Amino acid sequence: MITTDTTGAIPPVGETDDDLIQLLTPEGERVYHEAYTPRIEDLDRAALEGLYRDMVLVRRFDTEATSLQRHGELGLWPPCLGQEAAQIGSGRALARQDYAFPSYRELGVAWTRGVDLRKVLHQFRGEDHGGWDPAEHNFHLYTLVIGSHALHATGYAMGIQRDGDVGTGDPDRDRAVVAYFGDGATAQGDLNEALTFAAVNDSPVVFFCQNNHWAISEPTTRQSRVPLFHRGRGFGIPSVRVDGNDVLACYAVTTEALERARSGGGPTFVEAVTYRMGAHTTSDDPTRYRTKADEEVWRRRDPIDRLEVLLRAEGTGEEFFTALDAEADELGEDVRSYCRAIPVPPASRMFENVYATENALVSTEREWFTEYSEGFLTEEVAR
Amino acid sequence: MPQHVEFRLPDVGEGLTEADIVEWLVSVGETITVNQNIVEIETAKSLVELPSPYAGVVTELLVGSGDTVEVGTPIIRIDTDGTGGPSGQGGGSGEVGATSSTAEPPAAVQSPEPEGSGDVLVGYGTSRAAATRRPRRQSSAGAPAGGAAGAARAGSTAPATEAVQAGVEVGADAAAEAAPSPEPPAPPAHAAAQAGEPAPASPAVDVRVLAKPPVRKLAKDLGIDLSRVPATGPGGIVTRADVLAAAERSAPEKLVKKADDDRPWLDGGTVSADGRQTRVPVRSVRARTADAMVASAFTAPHVTEFVTVDVTKSMRLVERLKSDPDFADVRVTPLLIAAKALTLAIRRHPMISASWDDETQEIVYKHYINLGIAAATPRGLVVPNIKDAHRLSMLELAQEIAELTATARAGKTQPAAMSDGTVTITNVGIFGIDTGTPILNPGESAILALGAISQRPWVHKGKVKPRWVTQLALSFDHRLVDGELGSRVLHDVAVIMEHPERGLVWG
Repeated sequence: MITTDTTGAIPPVGETDDDLIQLLTPEGERVYHEAYTPRIEDLDRAALEGLYRDMVLVRRFDTEATSLQRHGELGLWPPCLGQEAAQIGSGRALARQDYAFPSYRELGVAWTRGVDLRKVLHQFRGEDHGGWDPAEHNFHLYTLVIGSHALHATGYAMGIQRDGDVGTGDPDRDRAVVAYFGDGATAQGDLNEALTFAAVNDSPVVFFCQNNHWAISEPTTRQSRVPLFHRGRGFGIPSVRVDGNDVLACYAVTTEALERARSGGGPTFVEAVTYRMGAHTTSDDPTRYRTKADEEVWRRRDPIDRLEVLLRAEGTGEEFFTALDAEADELGEDVRSYCRAIPVPPASRMFENVYATENALVSTEREWFTEYSEGFLTEEVAR
Repeated sequence: MPQHVEFRLPDVGEGLTEADIVEWLVSVGETITVNQNIVEIETAKSLVELPSPYAGVVTELLVGSGDTVEVGTPIIRIDTDGTGGPSGQGGGSGEVGATSSTAEPPAAVQSPEPEGSGDVLVGYGTSRAAATRRPRRQSSAGAPAGGAAGAARAGSTAPATEAVQAGVEVGADAAAEAAPSPEPPAPPAHAAAQAGEPAPASPAVDVRVLAKPPVRKLAKDLGIDLSRVPATGPGGIVTRADVLAAAERSAPEKLVKKADDDRPWLDGGTVSADGRQTRVPVRSVRARTADAMVASAFTAPHVTEFVTVDVTKSMRLVERLKSDPDFADVRVTPLLIAAKALTLAIRRHPMISASWDDETQEIVYKHYINLGIAAATPRGLVVPNIKDAHRLSMLELAQEIAELTATARAGKTQPAAMSDGTVTITNVGIFGIDTGTPILNPGESAILALGAISQRPWVHKGKVKPRWVTQLALSFDHRLVDGELGSRVLHDVAVIMEHPERGLVWG
């Protein structure tokens, strides 16, 4: 049920979970929800195992990347530890033609969009501005500025409207956009402008907020007087709050929001309540502002553990988990060796992905730069 | 055959240059696995555990706990072959960190895995190409040169890049295919991945002390316990100045450690022949102080009067002003109240603002108050004065005091700032002293000593209560100031200190 009631008293953050959509409890038990359970009925055991595999492999990659920064192989790494369900659940709800705008922690979404996760390391090793072709995956480059890509996403969605790819009823044609951002971004002007434009234009965009409780060191409780999804309501946007550590609920809620967007129903604001189990980035030390006890509460709400309990209860055998362990190990080793050999791209790489089509100014500058680079005696390409 | 690699201290933050080694989590001879935490380090930003990039046997810890290590310094040596043989003469440092490309590694270590796959990246990004300036071509004359350049680019450079990429692909594939890894079996990976411990450990950091990381670092470097530093910053934050002040207070004098040490006690001094005395030439501030004190003590007949006063209300005023937004950037102390009180008292009794002109046999009455503040500096006593202090508001007075004392402590007080004073305050209370008989600054006719302020039993409204009490002492030049005038001035200062609201009436 979409909560659009704005007449009732506003409950303070964290005091009530009455409006939290949950289909799988932290203990691994299914919860029936009139509106959303039907949306996951087509997820058979193989699909659930797939979601589980997604989360385990993404977590393994993320852990390896954090270690690689400590090895001195990456300049920086923003861990997504703990947020796998929000990212995988929502990412798997996307259709091939949908387009996602990530912030800088959306490793799980990148995985669901078919991006070779190793490519994400190029940027964090300081070798590349991106690492993948956004058009190939319909997955935009990471945006480091907080909230600015919500405007890009809204603009893209308005472009889709002008292309006429909304509400045609053709499932292969109708498209939508998802903007991923965190709780901290909800206080940014850019995001609020994006919500305004998306709302008044009925644009096909889903605002997917991962409330991981921390804007670096600032807790959500000090960022807003109201639950974050109420902010969406303020713009007249249907808004829903979902257990961000429940991959099934995240899938169901995002599926509904995307359907609304593609069919011409306009934007949706999703607040996925999760927890950033790691540091903000490897440059941050969370022990300065939170306690082990805080983390322990959320460790018991782990997104992967609860799905494992469900899978085992519904008949997935040990061999599945053993094989997945081996796959994760292999992935880990591969990531390490790959990272050390990331090549320096040619300097002309910086002229790619600036505009969707050839641009006169960029072309001129590329030609000038190429001529300049070739004007040196040595063979080495200017870097 | 041992294959030794070194792990260099990485930049775990963004642009950090050094870190402190807090604790080693492994010891020499221990067999470690990839990503096993080996050491805990503390940077200006955070406390983190470093995981090992290598599997093998620890052969040497190159830095010790407590060391401050620059980023890029090798900190541990690991034998990736696992025999743990000595690393010394045989495997010189030249081999370290580049093993797979040197000679032919034995079959057992052919894995393109971490062990020996090249230099550790240090700091931001990697710059394998030396940052040297490359020469420009002599001439880019037209087509031939351009063509050649183009050919060179097309013929070698671009393919070279491709080759690198291809090599990577191949290497990665090979890595993936080399299924039976020669590495020791990894820890139960699933569990490890699930637990997914983030690197930062949980130290027993006392979060109650508020201070910015660089200030914490400073305190650590100076050996100052942050929890014992009085905080003056907004919201109770310990500032850099607080730490420096605490360090100054706790810094021992540069005196010799042993009584029989024959080195001079002070810089610039010489030790007497028997090694029991240090002689230092009298210079600069010390010489001036001596001259002034002698001149003052033996020309102006001093009278000193004392009064003990309940300053509880002044202390409350100080507390209130501390949280006043106007005073956010200045230090508010009892000295400030005393300074204000003294200027008000002198305005009521301006005759005390005078000096004795011996040459002309005249008394010179000053229409202004240049308020001197006696400042103890590393170079000795300095008494700069605040010009026209009677015209300053409380806030301006506080700013002037702060600037003047800071300048004095930095040893930058100009002679002009010390001339033409009319009256002085000396705050002996900061040394915990009740009071004293201050000696006049030459050319001035009065000096006020502010004693230590402490809670004492005091009769207040008919009952004995703990009250903030201090002693004030006023010395004056009896040639031109009689007991009556001096007493009235001291009394007025005391009244304002006891009832600050009186300042409104007299101000």
